[in-house]
Amino acid sequence: MSAHGHENDTPQVHGLIAEFDDPDTLLTATTKAHEAGYRAMDAYAPFPVHGLAEAMGVRKTYVSLVTLIGGFTGALTGFGMQYFASVMHYPYSIGGKQLNSWPAFMPITFELGILFAAFAALGSMLLFNGLPQHYHPIFNAKRFERASSDGFFLCIERTDAQYDTAQTKVFLEGLGPVEVSEVIE
Amino acid sequence: MAEASSNLRTPLILGDKKPIEVSDDICGILERKPTQLWWAAFGVSLFVLIVGAIATAYQVSTGIGTWGLNKSVGWAFDITNFVFWIGIGHAGTLISAILFLFRQRWRTSVNRAAEAMTIIAVLCAAIFPLIHMGRPWLAFWPLPYPNFRGPLWVNFRSPLVWDIFAISTYFIISSVFWYVGLIPDLATIRDRAKEGIRKKIMGILSLGWDGSYRTWVRYETVYLLLAGLATPLVVSVHTIVSMDFATSIIPGWHTTIFPPYFVAGAVFSGFAMVLLLIPIARKVMNLEDYFTMRHIDAMCKIILLTGSIVGLAYLTEFFTAAYSGSVYEQFVFMNRAFGPYAWAYWIMVSCNVISPQLMWFKRVRSNLYIVFALTIVVNIGMWFERFVIIVTSLHRDYLPSSWADYTPTIIELLTLAGTFGLFFTLFLLFCRFLPVIAMGEVKGILSYGRSKRARNVSKTCDEPVGMTPALEGEEA
Repeated sequence: MSAHGHENDTPQVHGLIAEFDDPDTLLTATTKAHEAGYRAMDAYAPFPVHGLAEAMGVRKTYVSLVTLIGGFTGALTGFGMQYFASVMHYPYSIGGKQLNSWPAFMPITFELGILFAAFAALGSMLLFNGLPQHYHPIFNAKRFERASSDGFFLCIERTDAQYDTAQTKVFLEGLGPVEVSEVIE
Repeated sequence: MAEASSNLRTPLILGDKKPIEVSDDICGILERKPTQLWWAAFGVSLFVLIVGAIATAYQVSTGIGTWGLNKSVGWAFDITNFVFWIGIGHAGTLISAILFLFRQRWRTSVNRAAEAMTIIAVLCAAIFPLIHMGRPWLAFWPLPYPNFRGPLWVNFRSPLVWDIFAISTYFIISSVFWYVGLIPDLATIRDRAKEGIRKKIMGILSLGWDGSYRTWVRYETVYLLLAGLATPLVVSVHTIVSMDFATSIIPGWHTTIFPPYFVAGAVFSGFAMVLLLIPIARKVMNLEDYFTMRHIDAMCKIILLTGSIVGLAYLTEFFTAAYSGSVYEQFVFMNRAFGPYAWAYWIMVSCNVISPQLMWFKRVRSNLYIVFALTIVVNIGMWFERFVIIVTSLHRDYLPSSWADYTPTIIELLTLAGTFGLFFTLFLLFCRFLPVIAMGEVKGILSYGRSKRARNVSKTCDEPVGMTPALEGEEA
């Protein structure tokens, strides 16, 4: 995201946005834009359109790795807590079981593993996605309220190396959009 | 051409809808004023809830001597209700997580309502152990927390402590899963709302969701991960609930079949509850195109399957008792079927084993009235199953001198009724304020554009393009 204009008062442009009628056209358009060399772009759709990630060249997300680490941390915490309590801090013979009666510790170990993994999944998704976000210039785009209902948008951002107001506009118009317009920051 | 079209299965959503129509249909319910029918249902539920709340206040202030318990039957109504409500919740997780992992795309229109049902049912369940503690304000005692009573910890080898971890984890994960699923739909409501309080609240709850594809990718990954985490969790929860019984030495409880038997029973009763709510929601909110007869048919089949598993478990218990050579075990089961609570046992068998077998017939599965009646029967049967397991095992214990009978008091009955009031009150509020159908997911399985794709099917059948998975449908 580019910095806000500080030299003058003219509004900064976030990028050019094209609106499409249906997911198939959006998918074709995104594929073509990627082929044409555009990288700083994002597609907006009311539901996940399969194939868009590949078309945009989005890399694999680290969310699953973070979740795995979260799960192991939770399981270790769970077992550690029970071991510490039952063996070290409060050694007490219950039902003739040995102090480290680990099979009986498994349910809580498992539950805390799941709990921490889910928190890690949710937390990392929100973090990587920058949610919650208070403001995003894309909401200034024309008719963008439809992006959560039935609008399909492709925005090429000004930060892209190939971005050129006139040329990019011509390029987007060649992809069969309903309309192409500028997004003000 | 005709050949190509025939490759397409029946659409999951009827009415050949476009995405905007889905938004209009689902959000429309929230944007209109509630109907008189809704107010009537809400009023009745709220009344029952208030009655239950009064009964609860009375027993908490007086003490649980207001219950019909005695020194032999120390667990009865409350634990029955607790297991009953937890079991109901399990169908929601099954629909939202397990069917998601199995790529059962029909689940998309049912999962939101089923997940809401899960969360509400767990809330209803949690009330009973709280009251049973006698002093609910000390409910934090079973938690392992630092305290000043010397080094004093809870007994981590006790299934009751496992229960606390299992139920609270289950409640938290179900809520997280539900909320994550809601985020894109909350954004839809936000974008449709005019300036005002609704837009403000939804703006905060939807976290500034913009539908960017980078966001969707991570979102879908997390949804899949949460489904993968919730699946073993839901199995573990009812396993641990069953261990409350199975790890004791009471005849009729001390058996290894309990975990799978309880999980199957939970899914059975939960689906019966979903199938009770769905036809009502469908009629009251005109959602016939979303909750189709196909959904009802598929859920009937799951009820049939799990009901048969439950029936098999009943038989296995008898076989195990006979084969064990333990006179106590044999006595308990003969006493269940022919003793003082035989009436409860035979209600359980006829409701849970015999009645679902009717669902083998397509004529039964496609008749909403019969299905509706059967779901009520199954719910009654599953409530009695827990009652039979708990009370019949306790009331005749090892020493004949301590044999006793149990009858619930009016206070206990009103508390049970009160949780039904709570359940329906919260469910009706959910129907008013949140989208009952996961719009974002349903839009992904719409049949719109199918005709266009049908023409290309011969060319691109090996190479999925765009929303092709939407074409696949599935075998219910």
